[in-house]
Amino acid sequence: MRHTHLELTGVGIDFPTDKGLFCALSNVNLKIAKGEFVSLIGHSGCGKSTVLNIVAGLYQATNGGVILDGREVDEPGPERAVVFQNHSLLPWLSCYQNVELAVRQVFQGKKSRREMREWIEHNLALVHMTHAKDKRPSEISGGMKQRIGIARALAMQPKVLLMDEPFGALDALTRAHLQDSLMDIHAELGNTVIMITHDVDEAVLLSDRIVMMSNGPAATVGDILKVELERPRDRMALAHDSRYHEYRAAVLEFLYQRQQRPAA
Amino acid sequence: MSNPNIATPIQETLKAARAAALFKRWAPPIILPLLGILVFLLCWQGLANNVQTSLGQFPGPLQVSEQFSGLVSAHLREKDKANAFYERQEKRNAELLAKNPDAEVRIRPYTGKPTFVQQIFTSLYTVMTGFIIASLVAIPLGIVCGLSKTIYTAINPLIQVFKPVSPLAWLPLVTMLVSALYVSENPLFAKAFLTSAFTVALCCLWPTVINTTVGVASIDQDLNNVSKVLRLSPLTHVRRIVIPAALPMIFTGLRLSLGTGWMVLIAAEMLAQNPGLGKFIWDEFQNGSSNSLGRIMVAVIVIGLIGFALDRLMLLLQRLFSWDKNAVLR
Repeated sequence: MRHTHLELTGVGIDFPTDKGLFCALSNVNLKIAKGEFVSLIGHSGCGKSTVLNIVAGLYQATNGGVILDGREVDEPGPERAVVFQNHSLLPWLSCYQNVELAVRQVFQGKKSRREMREWIEHNLALVHMTHAKDKRPSEISGGMKQRIGIARALAMQPKVLLMDEPFGALDALTRAHLQDSLMDIHAELGNTVIMITHDVDEAVLLSDRIVMMSNGPAATVGDILKVELERPRDRMALAHDSRYHEYRAAVLEFLYQRQQRPAA
Repeated sequence: MSNPNIATPIQETLKAARAAALFKRWAPPIILPLLGILVFLLCWQGLANNVQTSLGQFPGPLQVSEQFSGLVSAHLREKDKANAFYERQEKRNAELLAKNPDAEVRIRPYTGKPTFVQQIFTSLYTVMTGFIIASLVAIPLGIVCGLSKTIYTAINPLIQVFKPVSPLAWLPLVTMLVSALYVSENPLFAKAFLTSAFTVALCCLWPTVINTTVGVASIDQDLNNVSKVLRLSPLTHVRRIVIPAALPMIFTGLRLSLGTGWMVLIAAEMLAQNPGLGKFIWDEFQNGSSNSLGRIMVAVIVIGLIGFALDRLMLLLQRLFSWDKNAVLR
């Protein structure tokens, strides 16, 4: 195993409710290496997003903690950029300005005005959105919005990219396009990525490891599946690869036999 | 090849259909309101003919329109008089200077009675001053209340208590405060103007405070999270996230405030004797000539039209500044 980059140790969180404390997560342990692509998968309500929010610093863990490059995470910051499920672009800014807001904030005093402009345009090009840079979020499709959301996160040059069901709201074709783009970007930049997903195929296709979470309350890491498919991965070739189907079956088995879907 | 025997009837039918379509398109938005106004004017005239007051017959639309043109021509006459007054002074000054180049010359301001048109502008100026003072207080206060639940909880009871207070209750207090605090040898503003403007401000503060608070408090949590991840400073957060996100609600509040302010203004001007529309109505009422009721009715209609115009103006601004072009604003 490579050098540990991000480490969650004994992470647990309690939420106050009317009926007392609700233990959403308990004793989550996870070590992630630099450049690794990790998916979190589990039934809805099992606390996947909570884990992500704790790593992002948006929630404070009740027990345990998160260490990134030897420093404890206790507040949100751009070195742990988040791609939100519903894109969360500022609707009153153009695509360019949305990325610009992040770039200005992160690179103030480190890049000149021209360097910033080039960096914003570079990131928009990375997600193939140069053509729509002056459009408002309301004028582009859902998939395009998510591309801009990814560009904004990447433009922060984060140590870890946190993605909260980034493609959950998209149709299957758009999702496939974005998955391919994300694989290209990951191959090029080598970011460490934690992604939440509901989609078993997505998890197997993209991940180096799939973290399968048990159902809450007191959810925790149920099992971890290492996906040893060589990169670059091609979804068409994998469709006929028996290993791909074994991984897929393993995740499905965890989700539907070992962790029965809670009464929803 | 066309058969004229068939073509003509077809063209006729088409014409008729087009006319029907035009009627269908424009009848509701134009004809219906006109019809409503017409019925109202007829009822008014009918009723007015049957009401006798101590100041004579209650004015109907015809008498009111006479009074309106009377007021306009009075304004024009007064303007001519003022111009003539200034011309005379300039002529005299020129003559004085011709005789003695070192002579001290002065232009005395014309001191005629303000006309109806001038009173309209005084009212507009006063309400805008009050409205701007109110907005400068209300928007920051609303933002603070929307951002901090603690401050909101602390201030909310005060807002709820002061909100329903009538302008007439504030006015004596404001009058005394202005008299006590605004002491100056040659005041820049008349006291009546300040009293009216502050009373307007006190009463039209609340819709903007409340709407801004709601707008700020209901900002999408995801947008706040974006701000947190970017570690925006509080000031940048307010400038780049909070104000744009709450802008539609802020404008809703401002629109309501301006409407309230315009209503309050008339009462305030009556009591404070600020030379605007309120004072016009009061003076006509005290004057009690046979024309007074007609003139007051002219003022009522003008007040209504200006209120309507102010609201449309705010709506226009709201549309201009709204980032959500799909929102239905009315």
